[in-house]
Amino acid sequence: MKKFDITKHSLVPKHAKLSDKEKKQLLEKYNITLNELPKILANDPAIKDLGLKNGDVVKIERISKTAGEYEYYRGVVNA
Amino acid sequence: MHNEIFKEYESKLPMGIINDLKQRVPSNFSQAKLKKVLELACEEYELMKVDAGEAVGLLSAESIGEPGTQMTLNTFHFAGVAEMNVTTGLPRIIEILDCTKSLATPMMEIHLESPYNKGKEIKEFAESIKENRLKHIASEFTVNVAKAAVDVTLSQEKLTALKLTVPSVVKAIESMRGIVVKADGNIVTIKPKGKEEAINEVFKLKDKVKEIYISGVKGITQVLPIKKEEEFIIVTAGSNMKEVLQIEGVDAEKTITNDIIEIAQVLGVEAARQSVINEVKKVIDAQGLNVDLRHIMLVADTMTVTGNIKGLTRYGIVSEKASVLARASFETPLKHIIEASISGETDYLNSVVENVMLNQPVPVGTGLPGLVTKNNKKEEKAKYL
Repeated sequence: MKKFDITKHSLVPKHAKLSDKEKKQLLEKYNITLNELPKILANDPAIKDLGLKNGDVVKIERISKTAGEYEYYRGVVNA
Repeated sequence: MHNEIFKEYESKLPMGIINDLKQRVPSNFSQAKLKKVLELACEEYELMKVDAGEAVGLLSAESIGEPGTQMTLNTFHFAGVAEMNVTTGLPRIIEILDCTKSLATPMMEIHLESPYNKGKEIKEFAESIKENRLKHIASEFTVNVAKAAVDVTLSQEKLTALKLTVPSVVKAIESMRGIVVKADGNIVTIKPKGKEEAINEVFKLKDKVKEIYISGVKGITQVLPIKKEEEFIIVTAGSNMKEVLQIEGVDAEKTITNDIIEIAQVLGVEAARQSVINEVKKVIDAQGLNVDLRHIMLVADTMTVTGNIKGLTRYGIVSEKASVLARASFETPLKHIIEASISGETDYLNSVVENVMLNQPVPVGTGLPGLVTKNNKKEEKAKYL
């Protein structure tokens, strides 16, 4: 039995935490509040090791057939 | 030199277009010309963008729904050599979009590491993954009336194929409660514990012991090694992502299952979203139809906004709608209206369906913007002076 790191799986895009400054810039850019972002659960397997809490924002680098590569954002909520 | 100019446009154009242009622009292109090309690309890109207020959800629904009418209504068809069923066509689309908990045909595609992916010992490897219950490795079950016990004759052939020994099988059987197990050569005797030796109890036990789990990965009922694009993979009926990913020799990075809820649990929402897109696309392609990927992406995004994967059902994303009337217009209207009146909900009429019901302009397209005027305070003051 080996331990597989699921962030290496081909279906899982890269998840990273957004700093407070970047978070503010993002919300200003789209003129939205934190609640209007799509959500991700704090205990989601892909961000388990990032140690995130309620109110953080995750940047997801998605690979897409139509746009090549783009960024998507999700707000962290407690499960 | 070119790279610097490309970098400037990275905020204006998606990476896909920039990479496309990078490949196609000849290296002897002058900088001025390249800038012109990029400006033109930007212009085209802006023109192709969806307008604000466009009813994209409605377009998606129609664009996926119309080809759906042409899909096979047959649940099953036979894929390849072995008798392995695959759900395709409309039933599969409904399964994916409704996020059904137990699929009709759960399947996995297990990719392998070297040397198994070259086809070496792949059959043995596949068999070791398959779930084995006592009935799979036994050649005979008999009820011994005199001893009030069940005699199980193990098949030596299957034991050696699965690298099992009689003691290890006995140990696996002992995990069941309330029985006494004794082995004599290849014959295992299972006796119910307790003083009462009612013979019908023994008959019941005979059926029960058939299902005792012996070895392999739970849930994998069939295995089929096949060659796919120069590489050998194992296709399975039944799915157990969590355990298969931990097996030595499995290429866990590429191994996938068609059970989207399982993917959401093991790999997270983002992976589930991607897998919704892949699975729907697979069905549409297999039927020889053509749907723009963006429609499917929109559906997949909607299913995963909450962080959990939710189906397009009255218990899924429809239950998340803010408006009472919109929820009632989908399914079980009375239930929603009664519950809303008991709890005193307010409908702010912010969305489409409820406004259609009340014969009011809908906030879509040209119905979206309101009038904005700038109060010129100086003029206003001058009027009253």
